[in-house]
Amino acid sequence: MTIRLENVGRRVDGAMHLSGIDLVLEPGRLYVLFGRTHAGKTSLLRVLAGLDRPSEGRMTENGADLAAVPVPSRNVAFVYQQFVNYPSFSVGENIAAPLRRRGLSAEEISRRVTDVARRVQLESFLDRLPGQLSGGQQQRLAIARALAREASLMLFDEPLVNLDYKLREGLREELRGLFRQGRQIVVYATTEPEEALQMGGTTIVLHEGRVVQQGPAQEIYRKPQSALVASIFSEPPMNLVPARIEADRLRIGTLSIPRPAHIPAGLQGECRIGLQPHRVRHAESPGAIRLEGEMLLAEVDGSSTFAHFTAAGHPWVARIEGVHALHPGTAFAGHVDPRDLYVFAADGALVAPAATGGPVHG
Amino acid sequence: MAEITISALCHSYDGDLSDRSRLALKGIDHVWLDGGAYALLGPSGGGKSSMLNIISGLVRPTAGRILFDGREVTDLRPEERNIAQVFQFPVLYDTMSVAENLAFPLRNRRLPAPLIARRVAEVAEMLDLGPLLKRRAAGLGAADKQKISLGRGLVREDVAAILFDEPLTVIDPQVKFELRRKLKLVHETLKLTLVYVTHDQNEALTFADEVVVMSHGELLQAGTPEALYERPSHSFVGRFIGSPGMNFLPCALEGGEIRFDGGRLPARGLAVPGRAKLALGLRPQAIRPAAAPTGIEADLIEVEERGSYRIVDLALGANRIKMRLPEDIPLPAGRFPLAFNLSSTLVYADDQLVGDLTHA
Amino acid sequence: MHKLEDNRAWFLVIPVFVLVAFNAVVPLMTVVNYSVQDIFGPGQRAFVGVEWFREMLRDPTVQSAFLRQILFSLLVLAMQIPLGVGVALLLPRSGWKSSLAIILVAIPLLVPFNVVGTIWQVYARPEIGLFGRLINATGIDYNYTASPLAAWVTLLLMDAWHWAPLVILLAFAGLCSIPEPYYQAARIDGASRAAVFRFIELPKLRGVLTIAVLLRFMDSFMIYTEPFVVTGGGPGSSTTFLSIRLVNMAVGQFDLGPAAAFSLMYFLVILLFSYVFYTIMKLNNAR
Repeated sequence: MTIRLENVGRRVDGAMHLSGIDLVLEPGRLYVLFGRTHAGKTSLLRVLAGLDRPSEGRMTENGADLAAVPVPSRNVAFVYQQFVNYPSFSVGENIAAPLRRRGLSAEEISRRVTDVARRVQLESFLDRLPGQLSGGQQQRLAIARALAREASLMLFDEPLVNLDYKLREGLREELRGLFRQGRQIVVYATTEPEEALQMGGTTIVLHEGRVVQQGPAQEIYRKPQSALVASIFSEPPMNLVPARIEADRLRIGTLSIPRPAHIPAGLQGECRIGLQPHRVRHAESPGAIRLEGEMLLAEVDGSSTFAHFTAAGHPWVARIEGVHALHPGTAFAGHVDPRDLYVFAADGALVAPAATGGPVHG
Repeated sequence: MAEITISALCHSYDGDLSDRSRLALKGIDHVWLDGGAYALLGPSGGGKSSMLNIISGLVRPTAGRILFDGREVTDLRPEERNIAQVFQFPVLYDTMSVAENLAFPLRNRRLPAPLIARRVAEVAEMLDLGPLLKRRAAGLGAADKQKISLGRGLVREDVAAILFDEPLTVIDPQVKFELRRKLKLVHETLKLTLVYVTHDQNEALTFADEVVVMSHGELLQAGTPEALYERPSHSFVGRFIGSPGMNFLPCALEGGEIRFDGGRLPARGLAVPGRAKLALGLRPQAIRPAAAPTGIEADLIEVEERGSYRIVDLALGANRIKMRLPEDIPLPAGRFPLAFNLSSTLVYADDQLVGDLTHA
Repeated sequence: MHKLEDNRAWFLVIPVFVLVAFNAVVPLMTVVNYSVQDIFGPGQRAFVGVEWFREMLRDPTVQSAFLRQILFSLLVLAMQIPLGVGVALLLPRSGWKSSLAIILVAIPLLVPFNVVGTIWQVYARPEIGLFGRLINATGIDYNYTASPLAAWVTLLLMDAWHWAPLVILLAFAGLCSIPEPYYQAARIDGASRAAVFRFIELPKLRGVLTIAVLLRFMDSFMIYTEPFVVTGGGPGSSTTFLSIRLVNMAVGQFDLGPAAAFSLMYFLVILLFSYVFYTIMKLNNAR
């Protein structure tokens, strides 16, 4: 089944939660709903689940209006941030619950429970109660119940947000594997660009209730259509600094460099330049812009360090591989290839992407 | 400010020390130097919270001693130890104003009013709480509330150390940066002894000059963030720190060579205890595709694009390893030779680091 | 697009509607009906408008019962709220001792109203009751059937015995819900026990105490069975509270019209007082 949203909007007490959403969701595909908190992710998931009605627009399934179908008769599974399980049922009974409702035979139920439990690595815990499981296992159980339903639409609302760092890393990988096998539509909401990149599929970027860009996560990362997407779909956010394009120079704060060749001819005036944090390099190279300044703070993220520093009158952030101690107040110098600069118009629209980049395949 | 010494610390919540496997803390010795920023890192249930409560005096250890500047405090109550603590959720006196909250620890100690007023003003200035002093604490955002909790510790000039129990859990990601920076600056200015407890490797490595990693009641490694990342002394630390964690290849040392399924590397001069279980520890960043044959060949299983880099799943003999490759390094297809950065190719015997392969 | 929603769940609410209708609405309307008519006998009645209401407002026995009732409720609150919080603070917060203490505290709540009255009626008798004999043995002349003061003391003690446990349980639940870090922070800040009570426990108890005050006010304002059993409203009319006066009027004198007007005003006064209490305390909490 294909779900189609046309101009879907939702207002609650005059406040706009969703507006002008056009989406086509195809079976067997994964869609990652990406956006900051309050971007409308949960609102959209609830509309998709049928828990809320759109206040405008149309939602159809294979052409039939979905508004006419009551929630219980829709085949939807929902996994929440909180670990929602039946507390007095064992793991096995929890997984069996959605199957019992469908009136399957006892052998069929036990066969499917074992199968699903194996897929989420809970087969040795079938007799335990949810309260006796760790956080990660409790969420696996909630996911198992969703899988057991064999729903044609599976919705995930930031399911890993309440788990430890290392557990998140592992579960993301497991989920990717689980989704790959299915024939269902999976919609997965997250606030982390890293997670969107890791899950794959199609990423839909939401901001203030609107879809601002959609496509493969990698493409959004490399070619954000606006300064807004560039700043939210990157961890740390892309450097965005006011600049001025002149006939043969580019002025960035107190810096002035020769106009990079990839800026379209004829373009002049105020703009914002964008720079991905990992393109601020330690090593000098010919033609590189030198950003010299002072460290504000170094934050470690996984296997890299975010160096926040000031230079040319603006705050910048560099992403450096490895773990490094860089103390606030010490000197910092970064080098930037001018071809790595993105150019955004004053209204935020992308004018010129970086001239370099793109994955290098041998 | 004080140096905190922990000596032969054992703790059991039922007071029974006979079964070592059930201890919350299994004989820990450590010294936290005066004025350092420390993190206590480990998975939940690893003993961090027990350790924190023992330092603050809320829990009395079953065995072992704890000293502040050489003075034994094992039996002192929290209020006698000059310790301040910031909790996971902001703890405030709801009916008081921000200024009254900050003054509370000093009022309880009956300090003269002018001194209290001066300290409150100083701390408010340092934490940017000045404009909020008259406001009721209950109505503020989580970040300001945590600053007030911190402020209640900072007002006391006699404070020996400030303990943090996952203090950024309830803070929005967008505000975290400011609070982290504030914390760093406060530390650099006041040179306080700070101990920060967390299960989050990023929090720990960002905050601390020295990180203490604990798991199953044992202290596995204490070192700088760089040391933990580059030379984890226990395989658990290697897996726990870094994203993805360290790869481990089972191997054997034969005739001055490290042999593993899929290749061999020279390892002259490397001494390992006999009959120990050996493994090669390799950060995903220390693996690169090589241009010429190296004797180590891997098959490409899967590539995961992560924006500025790729995580590449490789099959090396029967082992599966992960390589973290920046976007500007080309990735060959199919089967290709691998090069390991030898100074980052670490050898572990029974999970303990014994050396690297550079002296070969 | 708003058609066809499955609304059958609303049918499940019907039994409650029926119950409430028979329980509350129908009797209330009967009372309203009585309060505006003069009933001489079966089928003989006349519409009198607000005459009964006017008469009740002017009736000195009703006025004095009203003042007595307010004094009684205020004394109940003044005694039982601090007592309840105080005892709750002393109870152990965990372990078997805690469970045992809760059970012991809760026992009076399980005793039926008239039994409570009977117990105290006997217990406080100056000639045979344990309590009455003890007090008299100390040289104080105590006889609740003769002295209005003794009657009031007896009723207030009885009510405290019966209902302070409710306040204790509510306050105890409130205390147990205070997260441990608050106590830890207070110890680290060097706060005294009194400061912990004043700045942590009392502010965190506000919500449950609001409920306790409301419940105790409404209950004590409507008290009937226990004073009826113990003192019967005496000596004289010194313990004739509103509901005792009301029952006397309706059942004793068969003045159904005035009694109906009386009960409606009684009902409205309780509603009004509860609303005022609630609003004041809500404003207090929000401040």
